[in-house]
Amino acid sequence: MRDQLEGSQAVARAVARCRPEVVSAYPISPQTHIVEALSDMVRTGELAPCEYLLVESEFAAMSAAIGASAAGARAYTATASQGLLYMAEALYNASGLGLPIVMTLANRAIGAPINIWNDHSDSMSQRDSGWIQLYAESNQVAVDLHIQAFKLAEALSLPVMVCMDGFVLTHAVEPLEIPTQEQIDAFLPAYEPRQVLDPDDPVTIGAMVGPEAFTEVRYLAHAKQMQALDLVPELAAEFATSFGRPSGGLLRRYRTEGAKTILVALGSVLGTIEDVVDELRDEGERIGALGITCFRPFPIDEVRDALAGADRVVVVERAFAVGIGGIVGQNVRLALSGLPPVVYDVVAGLGGRAITRRSLRGLIEDVDEGSIEPNRLHFLDLDWKLVERELQRLQETRRSGPHAENILRDVGVVAGRSH
Amino acid sequence: MAHRPVKFFQVGSFAVGNRLLEEDERSVQAGVERTNALTKGHRACQGCGEALGARYVLDAAMRATEGRLIAANATGCLEVFSTPYPESSWQVAWLHSLFGNAPAVASGIAAALKAKGRTDVRVIGQGGDGGTLDIGFACLSGMFERGDDVLYVCYDNEAYMNTGVQRSGATPPAARTATTKPVGVEPGNAFGQGKNAALIAMAHEIPYVATATVAELHDLEAKVERAMELHGARYLHVFVPCPLGWGAESKDTIRIARLAKETGLFPVFEAEHGEVVSVSKIRRPAPVEEYLRLQRRFAHLFGDPPRTDVIERLQAIADRNIRRFGLLEEEAAA
Repeated sequence: MRDQLEGSQAVARAVARCRPEVVSAYPISPQTHIVEALSDMVRTGELAPCEYLLVESEFAAMSAAIGASAAGARAYTATASQGLLYMAEALYNASGLGLPIVMTLANRAIGAPINIWNDHSDSMSQRDSGWIQLYAESNQVAVDLHIQAFKLAEALSLPVMVCMDGFVLTHAVEPLEIPTQEQIDAFLPAYEPRQVLDPDDPVTIGAMVGPEAFTEVRYLAHAKQMQALDLVPELAAEFATSFGRPSGGLLRRYRTEGAKTILVALGSVLGTIEDVVDELRDEGERIGALGITCFRPFPIDEVRDALAGADRVVVVERAFAVGIGGIVGQNVRLALSGLPPVVYDVVAGLGGRAITRRSLRGLIEDVDEGSIEPNRLHFLDLDWKLVERELQRLQETRRSGPHAENILRDVGVVAGRSH
Repeated sequence: MAHRPVKFFQVGSFAVGNRLLEEDERSVQAGVERTNALTKGHRACQGCGEALGARYVLDAAMRATEGRLIAANATGCLEVFSTPYPESSWQVAWLHSLFGNAPAVASGIAAALKAKGRTDVRVIGQGGDGGTLDIGFACLSGMFERGDDVLYVCYDNEAYMNTGVQRSGATPPAARTATTKPVGVEPGNAFGQGKNAALIAMAHEIPYVATATVAELHDLEAKVERAMELHGARYLHVFVPCPLGWGAESKDTIRIARLAKETGLFPVFEAEHGEVVSVSKIRRPAPVEEYLRLQRRFAHLFGDPPRTDVIERLQAIADRNIRRFGLLEEEAAA
């Protein structure tokens, strides 16, 4: 049965039906609705047995999840943006210790300048943290990925981050299907830890490892994560059988048959991209899209197979590596090394800027006409006038002031001030 | 004539003679029933106060919980010297996560046990003064404020010993550390700094706060036992001399710990729900100079000319503690 639900509420309900035993969370927009809903469910007893820890920071949220998971409990938290960065040290620790914590990341930009809106700078900054990263393109997929995430995490004894676009998904209300408790119980068995703090069989967890074995322990982290490349599709198939709809998997191809141009993206922008693909297909263009659901581990072989037949691959990404360029683009280029497709890196939708069909159509026209260079970083809908004015100011005045305020004043958001 | 209770001192050390105590009041170093939660083979320095303190705290907690104990440890000397891969000195379920998160990890363990209905298993968090008072302070305060069922133990050796003796938020005034060297106009650590962890813990009005030193192991054990009788967030602050970091003789660890208490520099007391309920009185008052002279970290105070002004300021701190906590036996009425 489908209910009209906000994305956050739906995820909270799905997570609750996965029976987490400890939830520890700290408020940060746009993740708050999820943990508020879970707090309600713990307080009313709807989610029981479960302890909800009202921690004093995201660092503590992840640390408490580490303790809970090591003590054999199914542990969950959620965060976004600055919160993810504040828990960064603990993220590496959770994955290094092999603790199957599941976390929702409500994707949001990172400051400065402070910005609460959606992009992927937060999750991309932690792509090497040893967490499996799954990206939801819709709220239904977000719901389904959480259910799969607990099973995936516990099978591999690795933490999983389910990334869903802040506001775009977390605050969108739409008809969604939340599987019943019975369905989820049948899919997701009780957590059976590989290692546990047990007074009857006391073990030391988190010992110091020197050069004699550190490489081997780190190699195992990689080898274990790579097992997800087999397990993610298996779980997606099992999920489809159990719940009657496809959801998850490593990648999702959209009309890529015979496509000469393929757009690659993660997350909710895929909806807009697919609309553009439909329009252009109707107009006779051989175009398709590839959605990457599992970004870590990176399904390099599957990406290569999906893109090898195209002439042009346009990677639309909501984050970038300052000083070099695209992040997803670099990974895609690695997958295609030695193969003919040309890769375009396009940064779009930073800090909540909408990625419109019109902009995407313009981008594809530019690519088709050869008016933008491949293998170079491009910014979609960049306001060059604003940027050039600020660059000019930098050149003319030593004490030119803060970028953010200058730009806002130019835009007209901040009232002018006499100088 | 007023009654003066008889006190038994061993000659020289001024410790209460173990042999002169009732059987059940004695501290026992070894025995078949002792769990040795921190067992032999670890890499602590000779005379390490922290190793001694941790062994007595953990074993007392193991006795109090009949072995149903889990420990979360902060990064630091205690963690490093006890777990060089692939060896471990811990005979207790033990987790090390990070430097600054031991209280939160302990909270998570306690939450897991509560969710699982495991009321029999208890949780200890532990770390040094840097991990507790500086980098882990927010997590500690959060754990106190929530009242999580954790006994947190800080082994205070008054600096970052594991990284090479740098100043921490628990370093006393005038002390030489690698980052507060005896150079410049005001040598050593600045006055007016250093957190009083026990008082801050008390301000959270948690059920139990106590301080102890490794000079009085029986008192330390009794405080662990008392802490384990209670539930909720509890805090134990143990003074543990560090021969390496303090520039002291390994054989003087106990003497220095005792002098810290006897001078009044380290008040030993218990508090419940934010109020002091008992104080360990000074048995043989000693000037701070007696304590300072045993440690090279204060050697710059005894140069030529000696910094009597600085020593007086340190004595004033001790005197204030003595007044504030009532550390001296009241004079018998005439």
